[in-house]
Amino acid sequence: MSKARYLPLLLLLLPPFYLDLFWLQAGLFVMAAAIGAIGLNLLTGSTGQLSMGHSFFLAVGAYGYVYFAGDETDDLTGLGLPPLLAVVCAVALAGLAGLAFSPIAGRLSGVYLGIASLALIFLGQHVLFNVHDVTGGYNGRAVPPMEAFGFAFDGTGDVVVLGIAFGALEKLWFLGLLLLGLAALFALGVLKGRPGRAMNLIRDQQTAAGVLGIPVARTRAAVFTLSSMYAGLGGVLLALTFQRAVPDYFGMLLALDYLAMIVIGGLGSVSGAVIGATFVTLLPQLLTRYSDALPLVAPTGTGGVSPSDAARYLYGAAVVGIVLFLPAGLRGLRIPSLTPRKESTP
Amino acid sequence: MTRLIELLINGLSLGSVYALIALGFVVIFRATEVVNFAHASLLLLGGYVTAVLHDDLGFLGGLAVGVLAAAAAGALIELVLLRRAKARRDVVAIATIGIDIVLMAELSRRLGTSVMSLGDPWQDRVVVLGGVTIAQTRVAALVVAAVLIALFLLAFKYTPWGVSMRAVAEDSETSALMGIRLGRISMSAWAVAGALAAVAAVFITAFPTPGLDRTSSIAALKAFPAAILGGLDSVTGALVGGLLIGVTEALVGGYQNDLTFLGRGLGDVAPYVVMIVILLVRPSGLFGTREVSRV
Repeated sequence: MSKARYLPLLLLLLPPFYLDLFWLQAGLFVMAAAIGAIGLNLLTGSTGQLSMGHSFFLAVGAYGYVYFAGDETDDLTGLGLPPLLAVVCAVALAGLAGLAFSPIAGRLSGVYLGIASLALIFLGQHVLFNVHDVTGGYNGRAVPPMEAFGFAFDGTGDVVVLGIAFGALEKLWFLGLLLLGLAALFALGVLKGRPGRAMNLIRDQQTAAGVLGIPVARTRAAVFTLSSMYAGLGGVLLALTFQRAVPDYFGMLLALDYLAMIVIGGLGSVSGAVIGATFVTLLPQLLTRYSDALPLVAPTGTGGVSPSDAARYLYGAAVVGIVLFLPAGLRGLRIPSLTPRKESTP
Repeated sequence: MTRLIELLINGLSLGSVYALIALGFVVIFRATEVVNFAHASLLLLGGYVTAVLHDDLGFLGGLAVGVLAAAAAGALIELVLLRRAKARRDVVAIATIGIDIVLMAELSRRLGTSVMSLGDPWQDRVVVLGGVTIAQTRVAALVVAAVLIALFLLAFKYTPWGVSMRAVAEDSETSALMGIRLGRISMSAWAVAGALAAVAAVFITAFPTPGLDRTSSIAALKAFPAAILGGLDSVTGALVGGLLIGVTEALVGGYQNDLTFLGRGLGDVAPYVVMIVILLVRPSGLFGTREVSRV
């Protein structure tokens, strides 16, 4: 197929010129979630290793960035590094955290790892709430804005492009797109090459993989580390979008959300992770925005089914429905008029 | 010294409750090879039904309906999800997370910020024995859990149901050929697990815990490390793991004032640390079958 089918992706450059801030922020959440979900999908979808600890690594990325880039104040510590360097350090830190877990990640298979990685969530929450001077404790900590090569990704400076004033979110949009694009390309490269085939074989036939000379434990540990670096990068973007990092957010529910994303989108594929992240992240936002127009959904705080609850029912049910009826996820949905018929091989 | 004894007894009692939950978890895994991530929300469901009905039906009546509700929910999950899903078993495990998300969202919406009592007859009374003070609920938990576990083990060993359950765990294809109805076995496993979880809910939420609220499921989650450190496919493992986790939690929680350099709320984290340490030494748990592949 020609490269022309990738052209519609250029449309993603347009939103900052047309959409309001609400949608730009929602879009940035989607991008951050998509980066994290791509990482989790490499681990769970392609290698068959379940992880419930993904939100822990998101937290490491987010707080790593805040710590490295943040300034020293009365009750908070920070190194005050240049933000770009801080991003690299934060991702490396998340990778190191993943590597530190590798004695477990390499030896346990599948669901066993899933339960063991529950420990990361609870340990992580414990540490986040107790290391006050890094995380700011219960109330969290403000996130220093991104800055690269003298260009600040915040509301300062009068940047006007084609008559649109660019604030923090507009600028971050392009940064997010760039990061997501790079993350997706890298994951595609991993999946297409030898590592990807090794990972799939470990998932399907662990013994055969070992017999063929694939170092099973080492590969599992490496994929776990890679996926935690993806989570770290996603965490950084998440923190930049939120502009405040709160420990409570990185709990068990977030980890479950990421698992829901990759199942809904499609296990083991990059596009699946992106589709799932879009679905799970946008659904609550959509329901919140239009809650007064929807039946059965009441605005938050009025006692009825709140938009975020309604979203949970929907994507929880979507997970079950997709496992039952659409094993390839939403990605596996084919719209006949848009999809070319596959050449049948004789 | 009395403090240590008190803590140990509390730990054993808590551990026996965890063992009860972990037992159900292991039974499901043995019968269907699926890890049930919705187990904590089954427990919350049983507890919630009991809490709502105990005013009208009395404690035992409410509990009976709660147990039935959790058992029915378990059986329903088996009927709707497990029986139809053709996906890999670990993907089905993720699907139970979907069920967990829905059940948990609904139950925590209904609970809101309220703390409900399950109306147990022991309330906050204590027993004093030779200077050692123990809450009656803790004694009751120990006794009830011991009786239920003993009953379960006997049934597992001697009844036709238990024998077929073990046969299915050993080799499901052969046992199907021998005339064992696989669907019935796995459905009953899910129902039994749900019922055990509902009973455990009473003791998870009873004194000294304030009652059933949306965080009760966090306590129930500690049965996961209990099950896996004993070995997911071992009934003995679930019992030992549960007791180990319970005693650890009680001891660390009791002495946390001497351990403040590690931060507050250490009792809730300690079970997971123990799990990690044990898994580092024995990746398939204390009593789990080691994965051996012959080529």
